[in-house]
Amino acid sequence: MRPWTDERMDHLIAGLLRTGVLLAAALVLAGEVVHLLRHGGDLADFSVFRVAPWQTHGVVGLAREALAGRGQGLALLGLLVLVATPVARVALAAFAFAAERDWIYVLVALVVLGVLAFSFFGGRA
Amino acid sequence: MSLLVWMASFVAGLVGSLTGLGGGVVVVPLLALVFHVDLRLAMGASLLSVIATSSGAAAAYVRDGVSNVRLGMFLEIATTVGALAGAAATGLVATGALAVVFGAVLLSAAVLSLRRAHEHPPAPSTGALAVSMRLASTYPDGDRRVEYGVHRVGAGMGLMFVAGALSGLLGIGSGALKVVAMDDVMRLPFKVSTTTSNFMIGVTAAASAGVYLFRGYVDAGLAAPVVLGVLPGALLGARMLSRLRTRPLRLLFAAVIGLLALEMFYKGATGRL
Repeated sequence: MRPWTDERMDHLIAGLLRTGVLLAAALVLAGEVVHLLRHGGDLADFSVFRVAPWQTHGVVGLAREALAGRGQGLALLGLLVLVATPVARVALAAFAFAAERDWIYVLVALVVLGVLAFSFFGGRA
Repeated sequence: MSLLVWMASFVAGLVGSLTGLGGGVVVVPLLALVFHVDLRLAMGASLLSVIATSSGAAAAYVRDGVSNVRLGMFLEIATTVGALAGAAATGLVATGALAVVFGAVLLSAAVLSLRRAHEHPPAPSTGALAVSMRLASTYPDGDRRVEYGVHRVGAGMGLMFVAGALSGLLGIGSGALKVVAMDDVMRLPFKVSTTTSNFMIGVTAAASAGVYLFRGYVDAGLAAPVVLGVLPGALLGARMLSRLRTRPLRLLFAAVIGLLALEMFYKGATGRL
């Protein structure tokens, strides 16, 4: 097995970021095309902030909605993949630092991951 | 509507990238002032486009070993906590006040964008934090790698908290302030400052995104065309930057953005947004 080095970690992180963004963009694009074909003539109005029906569901509810294909399912799924990309990057870094036995930076990555988790699952404040 | 938003977002991404301001801080006033989009929905869409552009750009910088990954992750502790605080505050602040703060931040960023990069002579890290966290690193310059040290980490972290808070409060990347913290305060090479800032922006924005999603600030119908516009616009801008002489262009854009900022400020202060 190849040894874990900073360079290997850099390549993994770069690949993850690129894949995440490309996948997200492809999903959002597909969702938009489908939506335009179906509702091209509709005029959406974003001038008034209205509470979306899924507001209280947070990430879990959104993911459920996206997978069920409701609303703009595909585009929503793409947006969720987009938001998940940096989170996955931090998790991957925590793993890579552990493989390098760089424990201080494992701790740093876990703290950042904790703040992100709080935002996604506890951050209703 | 969707196609117009897409085109405007493309232009915002392009201008944001050419000026170094970032797509988010340009797309928000465009959506709010030109398309009369609710400020919070504009911020939500912008925040997602910020994640896309920074992650896309950071991929190349991290692969080439320019971004300082350890320093970025260490400072992300401050930016994500700041982002949580800022995002939480958006719910407590009136829309007009948000617009006023946005205008002020945009105006100072436009002025900052005209600064020229200055070079710091390489020196070993100073301060206990920089040494014990092994923040010193190297970056590629042609065929060789240049060593550099990191300074005043505590002050840098403080500014990073503020950058994170502004990012969460306004739905922007706060790249300009992150670069100030790393370039001026922590005395990193300019190339490392900008690329490490890019690397951090995605995670900082993700920390706000959780709160934004709960609050319903992210509308897929708006965010989708904005992301699809800003991302290619920003990537094209980054390509053009390496070929064009951009000084006159930057002056022009900074003036236009300054005007947008003043209008945000004025409309916010008079309660028309």
